[in-house]
Amino acid sequence: MYNFEFEKPETVADAVAALGAEDAQALGGGQTLIPTLKQRLASPSTLVSLKNIAEMQGVCKGDDGSICIGGATNHATVAAEAGDYPALAETAAHIGDPAVRNRGTIGGSLANNDPSACYPAAALASGATIVTNSREIAADDYFQGMFTTALEEGEIVTEVRFPVPEKANYQKFVQPASRFALVGVFVAKYSDGVRVAITGASNDGVFRWAEAEAALSANFAPEALDGLSLSGDDMISDLHGTGAYRAHLCGVMTKRAVAAAA
Amino acid sequence: MPKDGGIGASSKRREDVRFLTGVGNYTDDINIHGQAHVFFLRSDMAHGTINSVDTSAASGMPGVVQIFTGADFEAVGSIPCGWQVTDKHGEVMQEPRHPVLAHGKVRHVGEPIAAVVAETLEQARDAAEAIKLDISELPAVVDMKDALKEGATKVHDDLNNNLCYDWGFVEENKAATDKAFEDAAHVTTLELVNNRLVANPMEPRVAVGDYARGTDEHTLYTTSQNPHVIRLLMGAFVLGIPEHKLRVVAPDVGGGFGTKIFHYQEEAFCTFAAKACNRPVKWTSSRSEAFVSDAHGRDHVTKIELALDADNNFTALRTETHANMGAYLSTFAPSVPTWLHGTLMAGNYKTPLIYVNVKAVFTNTVPVDAYRGAGRPEATFQLERVVDKAARELGVDPVALRRQNFITEFPYATPVAVEYDTGDYHATMDKLESMIDRDGFAARRAESEKNGKLRGLGVNCYIEACGIAPSNLVGQLGARAGLYESATVRVNATGGLVVMTGSHSHGQGHETSFAQVVADMIGIDENMVEIVHGDTSKVPMGMGTYGSRSLAVGGSAMVRATEKIINKAKKIASHLLEASEGDIELKDGAFSVAGTDKSVAWGDVTLAAYVPHNYPLEDIEPGLEETAFYDPSNFTYPSGAYACEVEVDPDTGKVTIERFAAADDFGNIVNPMIVTGQVHGGLAQGIGQALLENCSYDENGQLLSASYMDYAMPRADDLPMFDVDHSCQTPCTHNPLGVKGCGEAGAIGSPPSVVNAVVDALQSAGKDVTHIDMPLSPDRVWAAMQ
Repeated sequence: MYNFEFEKPETVADAVAALGAEDAQALGGGQTLIPTLKQRLASPSTLVSLKNIAEMQGVCKGDDGSICIGGATNHATVAAEAGDYPALAETAAHIGDPAVRNRGTIGGSLANNDPSACYPAAALASGATIVTNSREIAADDYFQGMFTTALEEGEIVTEVRFPVPEKANYQKFVQPASRFALVGVFVAKYSDGVRVAITGASNDGVFRWAEAEAALSANFAPEALDGLSLSGDDMISDLHGTGAYRAHLCGVMTKRAVAAAA
Repeated sequence: MPKDGGIGASSKRREDVRFLTGVGNYTDDINIHGQAHVFFLRSDMAHGTINSVDTSAASGMPGVVQIFTGADFEAVGSIPCGWQVTDKHGEVMQEPRHPVLAHGKVRHVGEPIAAVVAETLEQARDAAEAIKLDISELPAVVDMKDALKEGATKVHDDLNNNLCYDWGFVEENKAATDKAFEDAAHVTTLELVNNRLVANPMEPRVAVGDYARGTDEHTLYTTSQNPHVIRLLMGAFVLGIPEHKLRVVAPDVGGGFGTKIFHYQEEAFCTFAAKACNRPVKWTSSRSEAFVSDAHGRDHVTKIELALDADNNFTALRTETHANMGAYLSTFAPSVPTWLHGTLMAGNYKTPLIYVNVKAVFTNTVPVDAYRGAGRPEATFQLERVVDKAARELGVDPVALRRQNFITEFPYATPVAVEYDTGDYHATMDKLESMIDRDGFAARRAESEKNGKLRGLGVNCYIEACGIAPSNLVGQLGARAGLYESATVRVNATGGLVVMTGSHSHGQGHETSFAQVVADMIGIDENMVEIVHGDTSKVPMGMGTYGSRSLAVGGSAMVRATEKIINKAKKIASHLLEASEGDIELKDGAFSVAGTDKSVAWGDVTLAAYVPHNYPLEDIEPGLEETAFYDPSNFTYPSGAYACEVEVDPDTGKVTIERFAAADDFGNIVNPMIVTGQVHGGLAQGIGQALLENCSYDENGQLLSASYMDYAMPRADDLPMFDVDHSCQTPCTHNPLGVKGCGEAGAIGSPPSVVNAVVDALQSAGKDVTHIDMPLSPDRVWAAMQ
């Protein structure tokens, strides 16, 4: 780890100001950033911890019934307090292990947009709104490929708003070593249609499976997916599975998610 | 009834108190005043020519004490190999020089090129980043069969080619074996891979070198399974330090699994640099370094053929194996695919003719050496897989086919040079069948199918050779070391004992089980016996712990030394009791005169030995301390039968182990709880190999599974509750305790039953799958089903 300055602002405004310094880097729960620093793969001048910003902590209910989660809220808190959106609480409860869940934050996960992370699938399938210090971004506009988002330099995810669906479920098939999602499918049924978001599989990061959404919007049942499949051509192929295997798992996990939600 | 103490009691592990309360003394806990830290700059290239290593900018960086490169080690010896194999033509193996720091070429990712000694580790890392390397990349040699092709790039330019040796065993049997295949009624053939593994002990390797200028004495603290072996190899062959000026200490060690047997460059470096810098020098491996610098395990590619007659009797066995040595010969690497593998190819079966061919190959990968089981898992896996495949091809019950071919008379001389002293393979198979409710399997399979899952049952046997072994025999086979063990028993005046054993405990619980043996022999409380190990300045020359040898060999030395103590104590007691020595009996810690009520307590005798006022000084010396060296007359041969029941999810290929049963014959048992724990650990590693672990290189020699993000270690929820039994006991006939060794059995015996079970499950669904290479990860199982 290289040396760096360490800031612990208590307001979003102070955090934004601190991030204005050259090569400053926001620190959420540090579940990706700290290992990266330890391997000397990053050398920020300043780490700006978002942990002490009270307005970015906790779970509450919005006027429109949506679940609002502060950007610095850790996964364990979401698992415990987002009970009004059971599939979301359940997703949070199965990210990593207890140590990860008590450090890692929703804002950190969404800002990093790891192609195998769970939260991007939940946010995209829920049509969530990612609220930053300067604007609101629809999930459909937010995720822009592996480790890439709509966030500008120094922009902070302060809150994530999840509309609560009628039915939802997340099915994760874990990579045996890391236990990240080899394929994770989040299915959410709203009054105006079904959204299906898949993490872990694609070279472009989290994505929506439009054909499955259309079929499930017409008939929210596993058999509605019969005959549908994805191509493995543009999917991740590595030690743990080929693109074809991942494409196959997308179908299996989507069916299971629908069966569990229905 | 479980015993309260002594041999046969499940005494709680006394060492666990300090391990579990955080007050163990591991090598990384050792910090010496004035110590500097070393960071190794390691190659990120698999193969290349070093044009220059420019340290000029780095050497002026803050905190830098000194920077070393390969040129600084030209005058010191090569990291030695401890075993020389002779090939099938009578030629000795090709043996390359193994430098402390790379010189001329780099030959694997992770090879140390330069070492920066600095005040802090971070300063050493900063300076290492300022070293300018000019290395011309060469094509990497990765695939073993490609490595042996005519014109292949050579890993070592000064060797003839990449073939370390081409071993035939038993060469005299080859023609007869080939003839038996011509005459066979049925031949079953199987090609398979024994996957490469990274040992991953919980504690990474650590070395601290210290040098006392006033006395010219060197001390190395290191994470080793055998400190005396390190002292001899490093002192005599690398650095030229006489043993009386070199102390090697291996204090608490957090797991070894074989990979801490070997002498590594980092140990030699820290010892060398401590004198060169006149500072203690410390290195603690990061987990990332461990993946590219700890010797790896397994990595065999094998074709095995089994010949049977018309009555399904095994008539001959023939194998061809390519064994990966990596870029250099690690300490015992050449012995693993040969003498620890070929000699076990008979398994539990009376196959009359066996021929084993092994080609050991140099590649641009981390050196490969012994890992829990070392050669025996590779032998067991291929044999038990081919027997299972034969049973399926012949349409006979796999258990019945095994039973039909079991060796039943002992001693039994195999056609592969070893003689099994004892065993009862039907007994362990009977026990196993009683444990697994085989009759109920059909109903369990039907239940699984109702839930959309496939269920399979796999069974296998194993035999292993432990307690390596007679020194004169291993010497003939190429070992450059003796394989005895030592113990000194020192009795104190007040009756307590200290046993200094050449065995080393790095998780096995010797401090408990060894004390049980000595306490039992004398009839005193276990807490009166202290076990000391791991320090060459305290312990007599010992060969350390590997190959499940500690109780069989080290324990035997301890028994012999304790017998000497008892014999002398009886002489003292006979004097005190004014009775004939032949009438003295020792029971429950007291010496008595047979047929009388006259007795003297153990403590009175020991006190007399050190306060010899009333003592037979004209006949015996005062004091009560004895040493014994024990050289076994044969290996020991634990054996057993294992069963695995799996569910396979046909939609995803995911394998779940539902039940696992192990019936082992370890001979006599000192501490049943510790034995159970050893089997559990071995099973976890064997199942890890079968389902999860896979050390994988790409074609450029880059390690793909270089961290826990990609290298899957078994976790508790990957494993079922184990059903373990060791009530079948045929005691070893040639060591005083009748013990065999239990440390590696689980890792040796479990992989084939897992694979047999998965194949059984897939075939139950009509899939034409006869083999899947380990690990049976979901993607591989799914792909096999397509």
